[in-house]
Amino acid sequence: MLDLGKYAGAVIGSYAASLALIAVLVCLSLWRNARTKRTLQTLEARVKK
Amino acid sequence: MSIWEYANPKRFMQTSAVILPWVTVAALVALVVGLTWGFFFTPNADKFGSTVKIIYLHVPSAMMAISAWMMMLVASLIWLIRRHHVSALSAKAAAPVGLTFTMIGLVTGAIWGEPMWGTWWAWDPRLTSFLILTLFYFGYIALWEAIEDRDTAADLTSVLCIVGSVFAFLSRYAVLFWNQGLHQGSSLSVDKANHVSDVYWFPLLVCITGFVLLFVTLVLLRTRTEIRIRRIAALMARERME
Amino acid sequence: MIALLIRDLRLALRTGGGFGLGLAFFLMVAVIVPLGVGPAPATLALIAAGVLWVGALLSSLLSLDRIFALDFEDGSLDLLATAPLPMEGVVMIKALAHWITSGLPLVAVSPILALLLNLNPAAYPWLMLSLAIGTPALSIIGAFGASLTVGVKRGGLLLSLLVLPLFIPTLIFGAEVVKRGGEAVPLAALAAITLGSWALLPWAAAAAIRINLR
Repeated sequence: MLDLGKYAGAVIGSYAASLALIAVLVCLSLWRNARTKRTLQTLEARVKK
Repeated sequence: MSIWEYANPKRFMQTSAVILPWVTVAALVALVVGLTWGFFFTPNADKFGSTVKIIYLHVPSAMMAISAWMMMLVASLIWLIRRHHVSALSAKAAAPVGLTFTMIGLVTGAIWGEPMWGTWWAWDPRLTSFLILTLFYFGYIALWEAIEDRDTAADLTSVLCIVGSVFAFLSRYAVLFWNQGLHQGSSLSVDKANHVSDVYWFPLLVCITGFVLLFVTLVLLRTRTEIRIRRIAALMARERME
Repeated sequence: MIALLIRDLRLALRTGGGFGLGLAFFLMVAVIVPLGVGPAPATLALIAAGVLWVGALLSSLLSLDRIFALDFEDGSLDLLATAPLPMEGVVMIKALAHWITSGLPLVAVSPILALLLNLNPAAYPWLMLSLAIGTPALSIIGAFGASLTVGVKRGGLLLSLLVLPLFIPTLIFGAEVVKRGGEAVPLAALAAITLGSWALLPWAAAAAIRINLR
């Protein structure tokens, strides 16, 4: 297995922190996108009627 | 293909729907390959030990943090000059992405700084400039949120983005000047170009590509969301009229 | 133009807090900081320049939201927009009025507060000079910020969020002038920022006001 030496905490910590930040951003973007998409679809269906 | 075609939201939605899956996959591949390569298959550096692996996150995110602001500046100018609606929305969509990259740059920098420099934070010119950039992102996003009328918000944030760019640039030089005054001769910042050999350079390049593609993906996705929000508002307004 | 300046000055005086509030705040900062930092003269002397500049920044921030907000609410800003005076001129006059009521008094009382903070006596003229050169930049940058947020209800907090980052270069060079006893470079940079801001920001602020009045 990979030997990170005495700095293992720092390396793993920074990867974890960065990936967590990216994950939060991606999830928020996806969630908002899905929500507006749904709202728009229901709205368009209602308008067409 | 010209960007003016995509001032029409419908055209933008059609084209971006086709492009988006490809960019997403490309971003994922580049990030996974680059970060795995960097994390597992690069040797430790003499001076840095294993912390050198942080470079694969630190450098690309820092680059993109600045590039994102530049993109917002260009998009704002296009909106102000030609009333390109999608352009204004893409600037709005890019701001949180840029802010996140700035924060990744700062956080990884702090974690890297602790073992290397013995401190989480130093008022080094680069670090300080980045902190100031964060403040500019906060202000820009807050102004978008605060103004209700959408075109007014687009106009005012564009003006802020342009003026902010000038002042961010000024701050950069002011900070360089200010810091030299405090610690003469003791430069904490690492001159990266001197340290990077090919072993680190190629995975770094892949990671940079990955971050660029990630940025494009997220901006496209978020711009699509913004366009839909506009459309919802327009439809609801029309419904109320009837 | 002069009539507008006089009107603004008079309004600032009558509504109270024109001269008084900003000054009192400045004094407050100079008193609070030693209480927090401790009374050691050497420490105070070290931070005096920075503290006074930060105090100037914050106290000019206090009255910024009044630059346009009141006129926007009662409609006089619409009148001014249709007046023969260009909006750029209105912005400059209002920023000037703001400077006379908030910046100029600070320049005048700064030596007294510098005494409280044990500033090196040789730096007194540079403190006054740097404030005299730098605070006009704060006023015009602030006027720009105020023009962006004029349409926002309760925009005070937002205004500070927008304006403080823009104040950074002025703050850095202003404080450096004092610390370095008037070296040419920071002094020139400070003057350049002030002149540049006064030349360019009125356009941006006027554009922002027109957008807000639309």
